[in-house]
Amino acid sequence: MDAIRDESPWKRLEFRDPKRAQVLCQTLRRVCDQVGRPVSVMHVCGTHEQSIARFGLRSLLPPNLNVFMGPGCPVCVTDMPEVDEAVALALRGVTVATFGDMFRVPGSVLSLAEAKAQGADVRVVYSPWDALRLAQSTDREVVFFATGFETTAVATAAVILSHPPPNFSVLSAHKYIPPVMEIIAEMPDTRVQGFLAAGHAATITGWKIFERFVERHRIPVVVGGFEPLDILAALVRLVELIRDGDLRVVNAYPRCVTPEGNRQAQRLLWEVFETVGGTWRGIAHIPNGNLRIRAKYAGVDARRRYDIDVSDLLKGAPPRLTQECICGDIMAGIASPYDCRLFGKECTPQNPVGACMVSSEGTCKIWYEYGGHVVVEDLEARS
Amino acid sequence: MCLGVPGKVVEVNGLVAVVDFWGTRRKVRLETVDQPVQPGDYVLVHVGFAIRRIPEEEIEETLAFYDFVVRSAENDLMSGDVRGEIDAARED
Repeated sequence: MDAIRDESPWKRLEFRDPKRAQVLCQTLRRVCDQVGRPVSVMHVCGTHEQSIARFGLRSLLPPNLNVFMGPGCPVCVTDMPEVDEAVALALRGVTVATFGDMFRVPGSVLSLAEAKAQGADVRVVYSPWDALRLAQSTDREVVFFATGFETTAVATAAVILSHPPPNFSVLSAHKYIPPVMEIIAEMPDTRVQGFLAAGHAATITGWKIFERFVERHRIPVVVGGFEPLDILAALVRLVELIRDGDLRVVNAYPRCVTPEGNRQAQRLLWEVFETVGGTWRGIAHIPNGNLRIRAKYAGVDARRRYDIDVSDLLKGAPPRLTQECICGDIMAGIASPYDCRLFGKECTPQNPVGACMVSSEGTCKIWYEYGGHVVVEDLEARS
Repeated sequence: MCLGVPGKVVEVNGLVAVVDFWGTRRKVRLETVDQPVQPGDYVLVHVGFAIRRIPEEEIEETLAFYDFVVRSAENDLMSGDVRGEIDAARED
C-alpha cells in the first residue's frame, strides 16, 4: 500500500494507489471518447456520493461523462407523513427511538428533535438492537422508528425475530431500492444510460436481482464498491457496457458481492417484511418501494398497535419553505444542489429545509461539506 | 447509512461476537451472516449486525481503504459514518 503523502497540496487526491488511479482515469477517458456522445450514469448510494465528492472524482472524469446521485439516501426519501407518525407517537407519550440523522428531519410540522425539545421522550440510537435493549430496560412503551434501506431492514427483522418484550414495537419506514431504479428509468426526463449499484446493499441481495431490471429497461448495471478506486473501476466497466450496447449486470465488487447474496439475511428480511407501494419524499409513488411488517408480526407493528392520529399535529401547521425545496428533483437526478435557490442560504446543515441537507448521505449535505465539483490539477501533473 | 465496516472477530458466544475495530471492541450480532464465524475471522458489520464473513484473500484489500479513512483523522461525513457504524455495535 502506497504511503499517504501528508505534504500533498491536493488533499483530496489521496488515492491509496495513485498509479492505478491514473491508469483508470486514462482508460475511462478513452472509453468515453469511444462512445462518442455524452454519457449520463446514476448511482443510488450516499456513501458513493461521499467518496466521489470527498476525493474530487468528478474533476477527474472526462467532460462528457456525468455521474450523478439518485435517491440513495434513505433518510432523504422518508416521507413527511412517516415522520409525522413518529412525532405523533412521541407527543402522546410513547418513547420513540430513532437514528441520529432522522432525528432532525423536518416533518410537516415538527422534527423528532423539536418534539423532544417540547418534552417528548425521543432517543437517538445507532442500531435496532439498541432500541430493543432500551425496551428491555424500561416499562415504557418503546417504538423504534425504523428507517433505512433493505440492508438496515435486515437488522430490524433480526430484532423482531428475537422475541422482543411486549412493550417494544416498530414503525417501519424502511425502503427497498430496486423498484426505484425502475421508476427513475421510466421517468420522461431521465437521461440515465447506466446504473452504478451500491456494493454493500448488494452484499445482502446479490447482483442477480438486477438482471430483470436490465432486461426490461435495456440499461446496464455495474455493482461497485465505494472506495474511489472501486468507483473508477466500476465506471470504466459501465461505460464499456454502454459503448458496446452490452446489456447486462457486471459485478465490479467481487470481494463483497456474490450472485445470490446473503441468503440468510434475505430469509430474515422476507420473513418479517413485505413490499408495499409508498411515496418516496419528493419523488413519486414507488410501487413495492416500501417495506411493511407482515400481518404475522402484527404484535410488533406500531401501526397496528397504535391508532396513530396525526390530525391534531397537522392543525395549524406553519408554512414551511418546502415549496421551494427541490430535493425531489435532486434525488431524481434532474437538478443539482447548485440549482436550488435555498442551498447554502436558507437551507444549511444547521437550518435544514429539506431532508437532503440533514443526512450524511444527502446530496446537499455532501456538496455543502465537500463541494460538488472540486477543481484539482491533472493527475499527470503531480506524479 | 448504506455502509458496512470490517472488524476482526475476537470471541464468539452463540449469536453474539466480540469484534475488534481498530482497537475498539464491540458486540456484533451474528444471526444475519450466512456462514459460521469464528475468532480470527473478519466480518463486515452494519448497524451492529454482521452481514458478511470476509474471505481470507479479500481481507487486506478490504481493510486498506477503511484503514486510510480511520487513520486520516479527518472529521468529515465519511469518517463520521465509519465511526458511526463502529459505535452502532454495542459496548455491553
